[in-house]
Amino acid sequence: MKVKLKVWRQKNASTAGEFKHYDTPDLNPNMSFLEMLDVVNEDLTNAGEEPIAFDHDCREGICGTCSAVINGKPHGPHKAVATCQTYMRSFADGDEITVEPWRAAPFPILKDLIVDRKAFDKIMQAGGFVSIRTGAPQDANALPIAKEVADLAMDAASCIGCGACVAACKNASAMLFTAAKAGQLNLLPQGQPEKDRRVLGMVAAMDEAGFGNCTNQYECSAVCPKQISHDFISKFNRDYFMATVRATFQQAPAVTTGGGA
Amino acid sequence: MKLDAKIPAGPLAQKWERHIAESKLVAPNNRRRYTVIVVGAGLAGSSAAASLAELGYNVQCFVYHDSPRRAHSIAAQGGVNAAKNYQNDGDSVYRLFMDTLKGGDFRAREANVYRLAQVSANIIDQCVAQGVPFAREYGGLLANRSFGGAQVSRTFYARGQTGQQLLLGAYSALTKEIARGAVEMFTHAEMLDLVIVDGQAKGIIVRNLQNGEITRHAADAVVLATGGYGNVFNLSTYARQSNGTAAWRAYKRGAGFANPCYTQIHPTCIPVSGDYQSKLTLMSESLRNDGRIWVPKKAEDCKKNPTDIPEEDRDYYLERKYPSYGNLAPRDISSRAAKQVCDEGRGIGETGLGVYLDFAASIERYGKQTAKVQGIVNPSKEKIRELGENAVAERYGNLFDIYKEITDENAYKVPMRIYPAVHYTMGGLWVDYNLMSNLPGLFVLGEANFSDHGANRLGASALMQGLADGYFVLPNTICNYLATQKPGSCPKADREEFAAAEKNVKDINARLLSIKGKRTVDSFHKELGKIMWDNCGMGRTKESLERALDLIPKLREEFWRDVNVPGSGDDLNQSLERANRVADFIELGELLCRDALARSESCGGHFREESQYPDGEAMRNDAEFAYVSVWEYKGENEAPALNKEPLVYEEAKMVTRSYK
Repeated sequence: MKVKLKVWRQKNASTAGEFKHYDTPDLNPNMSFLEMLDVVNEDLTNAGEEPIAFDHDCREGICGTCSAVINGKPHGPHKAVATCQTYMRSFADGDEITVEPWRAAPFPILKDLIVDRKAFDKIMQAGGFVSIRTGAPQDANALPIAKEVADLAMDAASCIGCGACVAACKNASAMLFTAAKAGQLNLLPQGQPEKDRRVLGMVAAMDEAGFGNCTNQYECSAVCPKQISHDFISKFNRDYFMATVRATFQQAPAVTTGGGA
Repeated sequence: MKLDAKIPAGPLAQKWERHIAESKLVAPNNRRRYTVIVVGAGLAGSSAAASLAELGYNVQCFVYHDSPRRAHSIAAQGGVNAAKNYQNDGDSVYRLFMDTLKGGDFRAREANVYRLAQVSANIIDQCVAQGVPFAREYGGLLANRSFGGAQVSRTFYARGQTGQQLLLGAYSALTKEIARGAVEMFTHAEMLDLVIVDGQAKGIIVRNLQNGEITRHAADAVVLATGGYGNVFNLSTYARQSNGTAAWRAYKRGAGFANPCYTQIHPTCIPVSGDYQSKLTLMSESLRNDGRIWVPKKAEDCKKNPTDIPEEDRDYYLERKYPSYGNLAPRDISSRAAKQVCDEGRGIGETGLGVYLDFAASIERYGKQTAKVQGIVNPSKEKIRELGENAVAERYGNLFDIYKEITDENAYKVPMRIYPAVHYTMGGLWVDYNLMSNLPGLFVLGEANFSDHGANRLGASALMQGLADGYFVLPNTICNYLATQKPGSCPKADREEFAAAEKNVKDINARLLSIKGKRTVDSFHKELGKIMWDNCGMGRTKESLERALDLIPKLREEFWRDVNVPGSGDDLNQSLERANRVADFIELGELLCRDALARSESCGGHFREESQYPDGEAMRNDAEFAYVSVWEYKGENEAPALNKEPLVYEEAKMVTRSYK
């Protein structure tokens, strides 16, 4: 099979980009989408052109590095599948395939199909952790956790941080990502002491990074390669509401200074 | 090269505790006066960076990814071993130690392995406290499963995504330290040289992959946690970007490279389907808990539909050859057994390089069990099948999905086709008991070092080792070195050693960019991979290794004459990134073959066909080869020197490994 590619080419963040057209050589339908790009890049290199820059790494759908909007849909045609696990047999011989980077203001384009997703790390730094030191914890089985709770936390934790949710959202909202990351910890007993701080911090970081608000369209969960449910957004909103109430009305401890004999 | 493993004195079980007690310390108020560079943020790098920052050291962490959450630790599927004995099935620190040592075919360092088993339990406690959602039983306690080379259930897991969850746990710990300013994080930053000042590792040279800028970074100590070098074979289960460059450039600055020929070929991967292929995908070893591996007894049945081949015409060869471990024989043994049946002409699939991993028996067993539990009387065959498929999906659903995406086959209905593929490298930079290399100030953790897995790594032990090194070992050993360095004595990056290393990096890049030859970087990587797989893969002979050692230098010469690296160095240039890595892989591949040639015994994953028992099992030669091979760089176009660290066992006996 052969396909025609319409690919976004952009030299760097400060240069305007444009679509370029390429005809692929003969392809095997069992090739992955990224292997198809590898083959096209070999041809481009041999022809003295710069190959198409694209993000990829594990190529087994877990690292969250790959990121391409394929025919208008983040990660391509299939449900619950990342770009790297999309295979050419999903397309027909002669198809024209449009390939673009994630398009969202908080994810500036670095080159061609590569965007900078540092903003996700910023959100995580605002509370996406449990503040415990290495070596301090109790025995792992000292605190039983209901299987249902652990399983639900695992559903949230399976987020691969790819950013497709943001790319799919007309508001470029990071709510699904943030709700999944906070949701995992907020469900578990270990996450309780810092729950309010976490939720308030992560929302503030999300706003500061320039992500938009969630208007409950759920394009995010529809394209999520790990099928993270938008129910986590509802839960996150409840956690946020309660945290706001408590932050407003709950008595805060007096600020004291340290020192001693 | 002076190789002092610095193994503490005293009984094996007390060595680590005693070592900690007798270590030099750095006082809390002095720790902030030391800067430690950590390269890599996989399990070992993230956990080390976070733990060192918690202690109060200034930490700088470098990754070539866009975020520290992407390292290939994330792809580990099956689980993490720990001697918790939560299952009451006879596990202990001693048993985990012995299983790991035996699994490594008695080529690992005894004291390191014992320590690994000792700290394994702390890892689980640590991860649970971080909020890692391990699988649990209905009672709320942690669940376990079994992995190869063990007769107990000591593997903790989070569905088929254990590596992801442990890495995200370590990433969250690292994130916490970045947030409070204790770790300075550099992303899109690839280490391209190590800086040595007065014989000690004191800094690195880094290329910013976004804009090509080359920068110098000085520190009191450098920690490499840069993973393994399995991509020397091109096709592997590694991530495409995984590379050996940081370790290789440290080797060229004087760090010893230990046991490069110890590579792990994992038995259960999806077979190769064509030339265009960029990577091979693992199907977790955990599948062998419930899948049965077989090929047809008769070669003429190989092209038949597997479900049409009756039971009596199937050869469940692992169960036949290794009755006590069966389908859970260690990886090296299972891989070799697969190769043997394929060599006999009984391999399946289009290429004949494949065996079946069949879930039909488990589906039936689980189906009947569930029907009983649900009180279904006389369930139909279809009902049993449905219930059984659901039960299997609950355990391994994501793996079956991946398999379907790649092969377009439904493994609930037809057996999976699998074949061995390169998966891990047990070899790596030489380290002593403190995880410090022969270069003072250079520490090496995780897959990048060599010490704990000997000649073969057991399943679920890589995650254990990466986190043990980062959370519990390095934070207790790096102080021994730092205490010998005056606080504030960290050299300035304007010294000539830094300038020289920076020039070296710039010269290499300039040379790569100036050739503008006729062949792409990838074409060289493919050719190298084929040479390695054909001559230094699952079976190695003197002849094949000599052939590889003839071909690789020629390939290297051609690479530096005819490679085409488009674009420039002051820009995001993925071809240039790959060119650096492939240039190093070519050299590393040569060393790997050289090591494999020098070790004419078979051990673990290193199978020299000349050295086998009549039944085809690996024949070790302890009298001549009970040592660690440590290679020393002697300059371009010079043969490296082989140094030896003898393996002295105080507690265990080197016996012939048997899984029969």
